[in-house]
Amino acid sequence: MAYSAAAETHEHHEPQSFVTRYIWSQDHKVIAIQYSLTAISVGLVALVLSGIMRIQLGFPDSGVVDAATYYQFMTMHGMIMVVYLLTALFLGGFGNYLIPLMLGARDMVFPYVNMLSYWFYLLSVIVLLASFFVPGGPTGAGWTLYPPQAITPGTPGADWGIITMLVSLAIFIVAATMGGLNYVTTVLQCRCPGMTLMRMPLSIWGIFIASIMALLAFPALFVAAVMLIMDNTLGTSFFMPAVIAMGQQLDHEGGSPLLFQHLFWFFGHPEVYIVALPAFGLVSDLISTHARKNIFGYHMMVWAIVAIGVLSFFVWAHHMYVSGMNLSFGYFFAISTLVIAVPTAIKVYNWILTLWRGDIHLTVPMLFAVGFIITFVVGGLTGLFLGNVVVDIPLADTYFVVAHFHMVMGVAPILVVFGAIYHWFPKLTGRMMNERLGQLHFWITFLGTYAIYFPMHYLGVLGMPRRYYAYEDYAFIPQSAHDLNTFITVVALAVAISQVLFLVNLVWSAFHGKPSGDNPWNAASLEWQTPDTPPKHGNWGASVPVVHRWPYDYNVPGAPRDFIPQTDPRPETGEPHGGPGPQEGKA
Amino acid sequence: MSFWAQHAPGRGTIEPAWGNRQPWQGPVDRSRVALRGLLLLLVPLTSMFGLVVSAYFMRRHMGDWQAVPLPWQLWLSSALLLASSVAFERARRITAPARLAELQANLAAAGLLALGFLATQVWSWQALAGQGYALAGSAGGSFFYLMSGLHALHLVCGMVAWLKVRTAARVGTELATVQLYVRLCAIYWHFLLAVWLVLFATLLSG
Amino acid sequence: MILAIVLALIVIGSVAFHFVTPWTVSALASNWSSMDAMLQVSFAITGVVFVAVSLFMVVALIRFRHRPGHRARFEPDNRRLEWWLLGATTAGIVGLLAPGLIVYADFVRAPPDAMQVEVVGDQWRYGYRFPGADGQFGAANVRHVRGDNPLGLDPDDPAGQDDIVIRGGDLRLPVDQPVEVLLRSNDVIHGFFVPQFRAKMDMVPGMVTRFWFTPTRTGRFEVLCTQHCGVGHFNMRGAVVVKGQEDFDAWLADQRTFGEQLAMLEDPEIDAQVIRGRNLAEQHGCVACHSVDGSRQIGPTWLNLYDSEVTLADGSTVVADADYIRRSITDPGAELTQGFPPVMPAFDLDDADLGALVSYIRSLAEAPEDRSEPEEMPHEAQAPGDGEEPARGNTD
Repeated sequence: MAYSAAAETHEHHEPQSFVTRYIWSQDHKVIAIQYSLTAISVGLVALVLSGIMRIQLGFPDSGVVDAATYYQFMTMHGMIMVVYLLTALFLGGFGNYLIPLMLGARDMVFPYVNMLSYWFYLLSVIVLLASFFVPGGPTGAGWTLYPPQAITPGTPGADWGIITMLVSLAIFIVAATMGGLNYVTTVLQCRCPGMTLMRMPLSIWGIFIASIMALLAFPALFVAAVMLIMDNTLGTSFFMPAVIAMGQQLDHEGGSPLLFQHLFWFFGHPEVYIVALPAFGLVSDLISTHARKNIFGYHMMVWAIVAIGVLSFFVWAHHMYVSGMNLSFGYFFAISTLVIAVPTAIKVYNWILTLWRGDIHLTVPMLFAVGFIITFVVGGLTGLFLGNVVVDIPLADTYFVVAHFHMVMGVAPILVVFGAIYHWFPKLTGRMMNERLGQLHFWITFLGTYAIYFPMHYLGVLGMPRRYYAYEDYAFIPQSAHDLNTFITVVALAVAISQVLFLVNLVWSAFHGKPSGDNPWNAASLEWQTPDTPPKHGNWGASVPVVHRWPYDYNVPGAPRDFIPQTDPRPETGEPHGGPGPQEGKA
Repeated sequence: MSFWAQHAPGRGTIEPAWGNRQPWQGPVDRSRVALRGLLLLLVPLTSMFGLVVSAYFMRRHMGDWQAVPLPWQLWLSSALLLASSVAFERARRITAPARLAELQANLAAAGLLALGFLATQVWSWQALAGQGYALAGSAGGSFFYLMSGLHALHLVCGMVAWLKVRTAARVGTELATVQLYVRLCAIYWHFLLAVWLVLFATLLSG
Repeated sequence: MILAIVLALIVIGSVAFHFVTPWTVSALASNWSSMDAMLQVSFAITGVVFVAVSLFMVVALIRFRHRPGHRARFEPDNRRLEWWLLGATTAGIVGLLAPGLIVYADFVRAPPDAMQVEVVGDQWRYGYRFPGADGQFGAANVRHVRGDNPLGLDPDDPAGQDDIVIRGGDLRLPVDQPVEVLLRSNDVIHGFFVPQFRAKMDMVPGMVTRFWFTPTRTGRFEVLCTQHCGVGHFNMRGAVVVKGQEDFDAWLADQRTFGEQLAMLEDPEIDAQVIRGRNLAEQHGCVACHSVDGSRQIGPTWLNLYDSEVTLADGSTVVADADYIRRSITDPGAELTQGFPPVMPAFDLDDADLGALVSYIRSLAEAPEDRSEPEEMPHEAQAPGDGEEPARGNTD
């Protein structure tokens, strides 16, 4: 099989030329950076699209876009942010970089497949962006792509745009599957001596469970995409009932639009947690490191991640309370949805209990972590409104939903991304990012996004529907709501522009930042104990490290320093407790 | 097993309760990794085919449903795929280096039978289309083409792997490596056989 | 320290905002006060959690900030505390969910005495149907949809002959009478939402969805589409007018039944060219963007368009005569009306079809004295009122 053969050819010699080192690289660190840079670039496109949409909503008389273009931008913004930015960044970027380093592996188990995964991802991004240039432009069906609307002519991009979108998604799914196989197998098979599952940092737990979920959930989107392409191009009737389009009777008969919604949300809801779980994991490590205190209730945290992962496959239809599905399903999905709130709440408690009695250093990563907690609490609590079926009925498809999901799976994970980049940047480059710029970036981003999305909930309570190009002449919408929309737009543009601070910081610090040394944060986890910073090919020099403890030994009583690296042998007696000690070995 | 971490005051460190339950499993073993990777690949594939089957059952409840008369060729193709799987299994069980030729023969048979399966599937498509069940004609027919098409596509990918195994077996690669390849391929083949039987049973159910 | 203060301000500000916000639920006009109550319960429970969690963090950030010599306490977990938190969270969740499900049980089952009304969506309009004297809806199917039968009623079903089809007007309902709304769609998924009624439901092609409510006060309420349905989604509007039972009965008795409408189509007085043009307009989807009642949609309205003066995108003006209309159909981009997006595709119609369409558009501008003015609601001209000539109000 391709896997083993490819894996064997690896490790034999380090790549020499520039091309094999930085382009066709099989090194997980290079692939991680390729993934991250691609994801951030395409994310910037989506950010610009959202700015244009906000101008339309805040200043409807400006005529910046027409309705068709608005819907196209809305669709691309949503799809890029959810799939091509967040999923790719957390799994392809952070997953690739951190899994081998945090587990003491030399690389992923299938480096060649890993490289292919990136190139498939890049191809999917190119196909996606190409849809801006096909006749009719990109699809304007909304990121949910519901048929019949997605493929009938009343929607912009119903001819070529939707096909490029679906093809791009299919390619992305292949990429994500190749990546996911790698991450899961690496976690299961390639941990260094002493690194038991229950000694893994929570970052790895989050990425690990999210990867398994991706393997199970993405096929649903793949199936839906294939069937929708067939409905569109071959005239089948999987999702298409008998309908009229622009006055013409179409040939479809008997298909079920709700079938698509079930498939889509069977992917779509786990997808939320595919983004959230890595964020949960990363932020746990940030909080523990910068509060100089072990993560509170580690086991509870691990089980909460696993429980969320399992439960998230049983809640999908809470997106469909008013879709016309059998109303009695509402009972089941309301209960399952509110059950999933329990492990999620546990995580929040454990984060704030980790802060309690800590030694809190308000570094830039820590600022972002605290900002994440507040944002996530708001987003999580508003989720209880939408999960509780009767509260959802008036709020469904209003701005309440928009505010909720931007808080919980837009802003919150992005704050973690920023915090994590400020945190791990020294490992990537050997240089610190600029603290001042970082703080400025944090304050604008955190306060700005809060000012955008907190009041937006109330527009939803008022009843303002989402996905509207304009709100002219609605009697129930007072002028003050339009003014609020203008305010939100102004803040959103300021936040969007302020991201330049981050980009400047990123580029400038990569070349001129203060040298960081090997372990600038005095972190205990394994990735900070590499012999070189940035780590070289193979990560660990002559032999892989041996792990003796969990990654959260901060401020241990009696220890000489306020942290004990995972590689530190047991103090004093070295007496093993709890089982046979790890064998020394070399991978 | 305790749900909580074990606190060891005075020891200067703590060990999570599960700390050393699982001893280190030694340096990375390529065959174990490959096997684990392949088994993991079957997870998304199971998910995908499972979802197609559940979509089939959901769609069947819509008003316009009519069952498709399955062409008799499907029974032939099922038999061919079964035979192909058996041949792969026989190849997998050969361990003695002296019986390499036998292994190669079984491998060749498996591949040819799989090709036969694919050809018969195409034949059944033609037969069904000939009866007036075009791709878009009825939902039952659409599902038949979708299911058998997705399945055939995965078998085609399997044929690429089969070519690689065959080449390896011919050019005198180390026997252990050949056996690993054969084993991985055989697992994939059995999986696709199982998937096909489930799909076929689903289609037969009406 | 700054962070702690800012967080405290955020908490105080958010709570204060909640109480002074001018943006809150619109005045209720249905029986679903229980939904509003559940919303308030949710705000209360989640508000308490939000304040507690945030203030706890504020205190932690102040008390345990880094100072020289300060060390964190090593504390892997605290079993008792964790069980307490687990229990309290579960209690809070049950407190939210249990009353919610009780209300939901009410939502799921419509009362047996509910009157049924059907709403049918297509891009981007609502049509309505009452079951008529026999209390039964006739069969309907998308395949029956034609220009003169926009809701797709089966012309051969006797149960449908007395159904009352409302197209291009408002939905009228009697106050204090439970209503079960049956929803259909002819093209894509739409939504039916009146903010004041709270309840909403999607309208899905190929199936009938339903929900119920009881209007509790009279008035006119806007209907919004809440499911993205294409480029005109934001402009898919309707209106529900709730009246006293007697007013409603009188109005309903005034409407033509489906059977009468069918008979009227045989009426020789209406020009065959105009009927043909109207059918063409439906067939080609013209009416998806061009209203015939004066409302502004994606494209300019056809009401009184003929022979009127049109300002083009470049500022020049032109009289919309037959030639201009023909040119606008075959080459819409060339002389674009000011203020409208250039989204119309060119239609390659033959001369006879173009002639029929022009006749139809001309018929919409003829004899203005025959056309009563829309009801006295300033910005709601898109919804012609009671006084409108029934023949056109019901079949356009």
